Amino acid sequence: MTDAADLRRRTAALLTAHPPATTGRLDFLRARFDAGLAWVHFPEGLGGLDAPRSLQSVVDAELTAAGAPDNDPGRIGIGLGMAAPTILRFGSEEQKQRWLRPLWTGEEVWCQLFSEPGAGSDLAALATRAVRDAEGARSDAEGGGDRVVEGGRDQGVEGGGGWVVDGQKVWTSSAHLARWAILIARTDPSVPKHRGISYFVCDMTDPGVEVRPLRQITGEAEFNEVFLTGVRIPDAHRLGEVGEGWKVAQTTLMNERVAIGGSRIPREGGMIGVAAEDWRARPALRTHDLHQRLLTLWVEAEVARLTGERLRQQLSPTLNSVRAGGAPTGQPGPEGSGMKLAFARLAQEISGWEVEFLAEDGLTYDDWTMRRPDGVDFTGREAGYRYLRAKGNSIEGGTSEVLLNIVAERVLGLPPEPRTDKDVAWKDLPR
Amino acid sequence: MTDGTPRPGAPAPDPDLLYSEDEEALRAAVRSLLADRGAPATVLAALESGAPHDTGLWRALATDIGTAGLLVPEKLGGHGASAREAAVVLEELGRSVAPVPYLTSAVIAVTALLGCGDGAGVAAPLAALAAGRTVGVLALPLPTAPGTPPDLAVRAAADGTLTGRVTSVADAASAALLLVPAEGTDGPALYAVEAAAEGVRTDTVTPLDLTRPLGHLTFDGARGRLLATGDRARAAVDRALLTGAGLLASEQLGVAEWCLAETVRHTAERTQFGRPVGSFQALKHRMAALWLEVASARAAARYAADALASDSPDAPVAVAVAQAYCGPVAVRAAEECVQLHGGIGMTWEHPAHLFLKRAKSDELALGSPGRHRDALGALVGIDAP
Ligand SMILES: Cc1cc2nc3c(=O)[nH]c(=O)nc-3n(C[C@H](O)[C@H](O)[C@H](O)COP(=O)(O)OP(=O)(O)OC[C@H]3O[C@@H](n4cnc5c(N)ncnc54)[C@H](O)[C@@H]3O)c2cc1C
Repeated sequence: MTDAADLRRRTAALLTAHPPATTGRLDFLRARFDAGLAWVHFPEGLGGLDAPRSLQSVVDAELTAAGAPDNDPGRIGIGLGMAAPTILRFGSEEQKQRWLRPLWTGEEVWCQLFSEPGAGSDLAALATRAVRDAEGARSDAEGGGDRVVEGGRDQGVEGGGGWVVDGQKVWTSSAHLARWAILIARTDPSVPKHRGISYFVCDMTDPGVEVRPLRQITGEAEFNEVFLTGVRIPDAHRLGEVGEGWKVAQTTLMNERVAIGGSRIPREGGMIGVAAEDWRARPALRTHDLHQRLLTLWVEAEVARLTGERLRQQLSPTLNSVRAGGAPTGQPGPEGSGMKLAFARLAQEISGWEVEFLAEDGLTYDDWTMRRPDGVDFTGREAGYRYLRAKGNSIEGGTSEVLLNIVAERVLGLPPEPRTDKDVAWKDLPR
Repeated sequence: MTDGTPRPGAPAPDPDLLYSEDEEALRAAVRSLLADRGAPATVLAALESGAPHDTGLWRALATDIGTAGLLVPEKLGGHGASAREAAVVLEELGRSVAPVPYLTSAVIAVTALLGCGDGAGVAAPLAALAAGRTVGVLALPLPTAPGTPPDLAVRAAADGTLTGRVTSVADAASAALLLVPAEGTDGPALYAVEAAAEGVRTDTVTPLDLTRPLGHLTFDGARGRLLATGDRARAAVDRALLTGAGLLASEQLGVAEWCLAETVRHTAERTQFGRPVGSFQALKHRMAALWLEVASARAAARYAADALASDSPDAPVAVAVAQAYCGPVAVRAAEECVQLHGGIGMTWEHPAHLFLKRAKSDELALGSPGRHRDALGALVGIDAP
């Protein structure tokens, strides 16, 4: 198994062959991917070395110290956190080769076409249809006849007939920046809702894909409405079997919960660090009540950090955890929902505390201009922005209510809710 | 005021927050012993016998399994294990609310003695505690927090005789050996006193937590043996309190775990309105939220144990965080346990009350959450107004 010393050696070799000072950003990132140092727990040839996930931090620390460019994970979070693990698990060799490298380097941004106006928490109720394309669109080597191909850029993965997709998606983060989307659509309305879904990769530059900004609570348009009208998707862009899309989506969702709130942060990292700095910088605003509440939040943030660390240790086969029967590197389980729950609650409470602490300054907002941002910046903007944006943390990626259901049923084994929709064909469900 | 404010101490670089194979083996041994002899119903019966602790269970735990000597180095007659192993024992003891003086004797008293250096006066009592032959307690009120020198209620005369009264000492009635912090003629000192010696009186009180009895100790010219003086005495007492507080978090974790597991079990079986009450979302969400708190308490408690075991400079932060967090979690778990059991949760026969009483008294023990938060504020540079 690749160990820390080996990774340090490989990182040093990368830095020697491609000195960050004289290498272009993209060239460096591509070389890093090819050296297997992008996500070390991925397979060799796909940006990794089959190493324990926990060892990524060794590589990251060395590269940061050397001033190497990073791949801007905040901007490409959906690709990294959701698309990549799903493609890795369900993709064909060709699909992995085509999509993972530009995804990781950030050359291609991804978005997630899951939610619909009528299907949010009840995602499996989705109505977007995908029907077999009678004309076999883009099954030929030249790709869709009517689309303009930018110089030299390839299409994706070719062959195998195709599908025509119609429907509407909503709250789609980064759709305005995305080259690709993970998409779930109904391929069989005559079976119960979870069984008639298939999972595709959609080319966002294809004709029939229309993205309209949707302004949100913060004033900016971070997410969008996406209208899909006669969008042709080659069958080679399907992940998993026809009708098995729900199973594939589960992998995406589990990873999404870990991606939101599961990142490794130092003590006093993230929002609690900003709040603590505010406290230190503004002694005149201090009160006893705010002091007590800040300390309580500090404790909770530190405990959440340790809990995340412990979960990571369980997921990573370090020597210790393997001896203790820990799971090998792998897919996050439903425990990941717990981390997202804690993160959402803390982000909301800390940012609420901060607005209150800042008193008069808490009454102002930095900028209501309608913009379409590249990503979420949780520490770069003012407290008011943090307070408002954090409200989404308990909604996006599964609401806290839904995550509590998941923990109750899949972690604690409590009896399920009685259901009326389980054995009814999707087309016969009341709407 | 921002200049010169101390910044948060660095957390230990690579804390091990999991359990090792040896620790799991130790857990299995303690758990099976407790399942045989310390089931909550047995605990309840034993409490009503009036004995200060279950001596049979204590002997098996302390001597047969050898847990009493975990923190004592091998050359001093112990097992040379660490706070990590003792924490595992405490998790199991919390899970069964067993009435044994483990925390007081094998953790706090042992740590206090270890802090006195390796003089001859220390080796013999340490070996007796490590072997489980003697129960020892540190004579301070149970709520005493680490970090600040406690007010000493006992005065030592130049000839080593002690006078004063210490209230609410946990497991006082079980103890043969009292380690008494006293104000000597030249500052703080730590004395060893035989509980049976002339001039020592132990008055038991009726405790909220029946499983951890309390006693008031009165010293009236009792003869003490000097163990340490000055800074060494103070440091030994503080380290004992810090270790006790840090490992108490593991006991609190055990209490919370039992409460959650029992509540899940009960609500999955109990039927009302034609369905298991555990299928109602209002209850499920409460138990799921509790699960998250218990999982978080485990991380906090493990970090404290690991920091103590490795003698990390971050140990005071780790202990304050664990105590500020785990105490309230145990109380909430026990309160939810009573509530979600309905009427049966209010009965004497059902063990839920033992856990509630332990959880609430543990919350006050070795510093309340508020005390620990205040201590933390000073440690990480979040100063009071
Ligand atoms: C900032 C942001 C970014 C997003 N980005 C994306 C994206 O990129 N791609 C994408 O596909 N989606 C995205 N979403 C959508 C998000 O996944 C959904 O909003 C979410 O799953 C909730 O669905 P809903 O909005 O339809 O609410 P509903 O499902 O209608 O929920 C309404 C309320 O009912 C509660 N509720 C629903 N079902 C239950 C239940 N069974 N038990 C208890 N309570 C219940 C919910 O918790 C909520 O409080 C984003 C959302 C936000 C806020």
